[in-house]
Parts: sequence; C-alpha cells; structure tokens
Amino acid sequence: MYMVVVALLAAGGTVLMMMLNANVATRKAEALQTSFKLVDLDERTVDPAQWGKNFPRQYDGYLRTAEPYSTKYGGAGSDGMPKSRLEEDPRLVTIFDGYAFALDFNQRQGHAHMLDDQRTTRRVTERPQTGACVHCHASNTVAYREAGLAHGAPGTLADPFASATAQAQLMTGFEAVGKLPYAEASQLVAHPVACIDCHDPQNMALRVTKPGFLRGIDALARSDEPVPHLPSLGKWRQGDRARPYDANLDASRQELRSMVCGQCHVEYYCGPKTTLFFPWSKGLKMEQIEASYDAMEFPDGQRFTDWQHGRTGAQLLKAQHPEFEMWSQGIHARSGVSCADCHMPYKREGAIKISDHHVRSPLLNVARACQTCHRFPETELLERVAVIQDRTKALMDRAEDALVALIGDVEQAKKGGADDARLAPVFALHRKAQWRVDFVNAENSMGFHAPQEAARILGEAIDYARQGQLAVRDLK
Amino acid sequence: MPVRPSSRRAAFAASIAIGAFAGSGGYTFVAAEGTSYFSDDPAACVNCHIMRDQYDGWAHASHHAVTTCNDCHLPHGDLVHALFVKASNGYYHSKGFTFQDFAEPIRIKPGNAKVLEANCRRCHADATEEITAHGTLGVPTDPTQQADLYGCVFCHQDVGHGPHR
Repeated sequence: MYMVVVALLAAGGTVLMMMLNANVATRKAEALQTSFKLVDLDERTVDPAQWGKNFPRQYDGYLRTAEPYSTKYGGAGSDGMPKSRLEEDPRLVTIFDGYAFALDFNQRQGHAHMLDDQRTTRRVTERPQTGACVHCHASNTVAYREAGLAHGAPGTLADPFASATAQAQLMTGFEAVGKLPYAEASQLVAHPVACIDCHDPQNMALRVTKPGFLRGIDALARSDEPVPHLPSLGKWRQGDRARPYDANLDASRQELRSMVCGQCHVEYYCGPKTTLFFPWSKGLKMEQIEASYDAMEFPDGQRFTDWQHGRTGAQLLKAQHPEFEMWSQGIHARSGVSCADCHMPYKREGAIKISDHHVRSPLLNVARACQTCHRFPETELLERVAVIQDRTKALMDRAEDALVALIGDVEQAKKGGADDARLAPVFALHRKAQWRVDFVNAENSMGFHAPQEAARILGEAIDYARQGQLAVRDLK
Repeated sequence: MPVRPSSRRAAFAASIAIGAFAGSGGYTFVAAEGTSYFSDDPAACVNCHIMRDQYDGWAHASHHAVTTCNDCHLPHGDLVHALFVKASNGYYHSKGFTFQDFAEPIRIKPGNAKVLEANCRRCHADATEEITAHGTLGVPTDPTQQADLYGCVFCHQDVGHGPHR
C-alpha cells in the first residue's frame, strides 16, 4: 500500500515536472525569436491585418484602440455614442459661432474610430471640406503615392519610401488629393492610421511618412528657435544644410518615438485656401505659431484666417490639437521622455517585451506609463495629475467666460452702431484671446503636457478678452 | 518474511515512477540552466529574460566595473542569510516568471532593499559613515513601504542600473 502511494506521488511529481519543463521551453522559445514572418510586407501593404499576421501582439493592442474609455477630461465615454462637447460646455457654441465646430464637436475616441468619425461628423457632411482632411484621419502613404503616379510623378509604387521617386510621388499626390472634395478623397483611403504610416515594412524601423510633418519639421529646423528636446535638429543646424532636415535620416529612435505622433497631433492649417501645412517656421510656441499665421496671406491675397465669427465678424484662428507643440514646452520633453514612453509604454508578454500598441491615456495605465520612472503609489500620481488638470480647467473656465463676455459686448456695440473700422482694434484682441483659449482647449491633455505653459497661455487669453471689453467700452 | 507478489509489483512501479521523476527533474534542471544560479555571473540573472532591462542598465552604470548582481543584492558575511535570500528570491522569481502573475513595474521588496542598503554601506562606509550615523533606511519615502527606494539609492538612483529613460 505504502509503495502504491509513493508511486502515485512520484508520477504526479513527474507530471508537474514535465509541465514546468514545457513552460521553460516556451519562455526560451519566446526569447529566441520574437516575431515570425508569415506574410511578405512591402510599401504597398496598407491593411494592418496583413501586418498583424507577422506581429500579432502589436496588432492586438492596435485593435483595442476601438474600445470605449473615459478619463475625467477625455475620452468619449462608454455609452456607445461619443459625448458632445457642445452639450457639455454651451459656451463653445458662442465661441465657434459661424464655424463648423459650432455644429458638431465631440469628445475624442481611440485611433480605430478616426476615419469613421471624420466621415460622419456634421462638420464634414454639412459643410464642404477638402481632401486635406485625410492627411491625418487615414492611412494615406500609399494613397498619396498612387495619386502622385496618376499625376505624372516618376517611378513605381514598389520604390523604397526614401527614394527620390517615392518622395516625388508622395508630395505630388499630397498636393493633388488635398485639392479634391472630401467625399472623393475619402474614397482613396480605407483604413485609419496604420502600421505603414509609422513603420518601414522591411525592418519595422520607425519612420515618418506624412508630408505635412516632413515639411513642417524641416521648416522648424531652418528656424532659429532653440529645440533642446529634439537634439537632431541642433546637429543638422550645425552642418552645412546642403539638404533639407530629414527626420528619417537625422532623428534618433527616441526622437522618432515622438515624431511619429507629431505627424498628426499638431497644429496645422488644412482649410481650402492653400495646401495643408504645419506653421512651425518661427518655432513651436503658441505665439510663434500665431506670428507665422499673422505674417502670411492666402494665395488670393486675403489675410490668413480660419473663419469669420458669426456674431462679431472678427477674423479668427482655430487651433487643432497641438499636443506635440505643448509637450515640447513641458518638463517631460525636456527630460527626454517621448510620447510613446507614456502613451505606448513597454509591456511584457511572457519573455517578450513590446511597446503597447493600445495607444491611450497614461491615466488608464499608470503602472507602466508613470511608475517606471516615478516611484510613488498610483493613487498619489493620479492625484498629482488631477491637481494639474483641475487647475487648468478652472483657469480655462475663466478664459472662456471672458471670451464669451467679449463676444457679447461686441454684439451690443454693433447693435449700437459701431462699424467694423472702429471695431478693428477689438477684433485684433478677439483674435488673440480666441487663439489662446483654443490652444489649450483643443489640446488633448487639459494642461498636463506643459502645466505652466498652459496657465501662461490662459492668463494671456483672459487678459486679451478683458482688454477687448475695455476697448469696446472706450469706443463711446 | 516472504514478500507478497502485489507488494513487489508496487515497489517496482514506485521505483519506475521515482526514476521518471528524478530523470525529468534532472533534465528540467539542466534545460533551465539550474547550475548557473550557483554562479556569480550576472548573465544568469537574464536567463529568465525579464531582468533584461536591469542587466542592460547595469552594463551602462557606474558600478559595472566593480560589482555584479550578487555584490549588491545578496547579504555578505553571513552564508546562511545569503543562501536564504538567494533561495527566497529564486522562489519568487521562478513563481512569477512561470505563472506570469507579478505586478508591473517590478519593485524591490523592503527586505531586499535593506540588503541593498547594507551593501552600499559595506563598501562606502569610510566616506559615508558620518552621514549615515543615524541610519538611512529609517525614513522611507513611503511610510506604507510600498515605494521601493530607500536610503542611498533614493538619490543615487542610477548607479546600479544606469540612467533612467
């Protein structure tokens, strides 16, 4: 009897030992080869599902950007329909009067929704928009190159992305697609941002492919603005400048971990009057961007402006989502922390380490996003962020109130007979205040990317709006 | 006393099973490079691949030339204590890596932090004993002892595992 028990125990132990052996073998295999090439990828492979066959772990994360989420100040929530920011904050209807943003303006959702959201927003369905919009809401590398070839650019689609012919195709197509009506341009693209937009299909190296960024970062490199957080621009400036700054040749991998995001999460002009561009020729700060807009005219000779306000008649600027610019003014950028370090932090799956392609708010992933550097408890870190964001929101509320009050005063003055010529100084102040409020409001971090910079901008916004009210009062 | 045939069969089965256990155990031990854990070679610590960041960081850190993992992470001078710390860490690491049930980011436990601190002072006592006369571990950064950096490495964070990214 005793021997039977020993035999059974030894047999059970052997089973467990074999399981352990299998587990050790699995971990070793994981470390030996981190990817298996099942399909050939090249410059024509747009569909992320094809890339996902070779890189299933990254692709799983990418697909999860479709999941609904919300944080205190961001995310569309989990109720199915995106939350309307106009219902949340009716002041925005007044602030954007006469502009498409007064029609429809929703909280952001994950990357997976970017193309559908753009195709269905009333800003696009009820107002004519151009094909420039697909620059950032779709995977367009191949679409641009195909359009470029159709418009007479040299070479074939198989040319390496860095080749002169491929670059000519890209830029020709970019110009051509931007001139199409949105509905036509939208037919040329099928996917939201995809693997090929940020990765070389041959070796998965990071790269930038969006024409607006390629031109914008070159313009920034040619400016005198110090950019210590992007050291490769400094190195290029010290060289002979014989060729344009090329992020794909000059930038470090760590810089590219921010630049790939900066292809879209930036301020840009994408309206109908001229080709889409990033306004970085004087630097990345709010007032430098404003100065480059103020210094330019549209090709038709008119003053650069995004829209004319419906109630005051002032010619105003709308900020897009200047995350790259705001991050550039913050402590994290200066410390060498890239976008991906917090929004796509490294994670382990078994023995494999990958960057999390479920791009999302770091607040939903504090352990990996923050605690690798900040060795404090999660609750404390979340409280620190909440303090920054609550303070920014409180200041932004005051700034919006001031702007709405200015708009009301101008309306009254116009009813009282003030003409546009006399109101010109007030319009200038309205333009400045609007630009500043929106630079923080449109930026997706509620001040966190650069807390002091956000507060500085909002302080100026309040001041210009109130100065505008004083100027209206002094008209009499 | 005559042995009953059924007992002889059980004994035979037991010896086969014990042999299978010993054989598979020995094989697994060798396959998992079990002997490497008795060495002082830092490469043993990346057998499980999870410590790759720490290992790579150490290669870039100021202590690379003078210390190995064991110099800082095992107690010195008390062989029993050293073996206990090694066995206990070995157990928790194997369990974590096998079942993948550990929390990220990886944090040093308070007991190991004390071992680490003692090792800083073991070498640097001459220069630091007046600074540390009242102890450095007495004021943890987090009273709940959930934060992992105490004492010397609270400030000298990058001496062991290199600069922070």
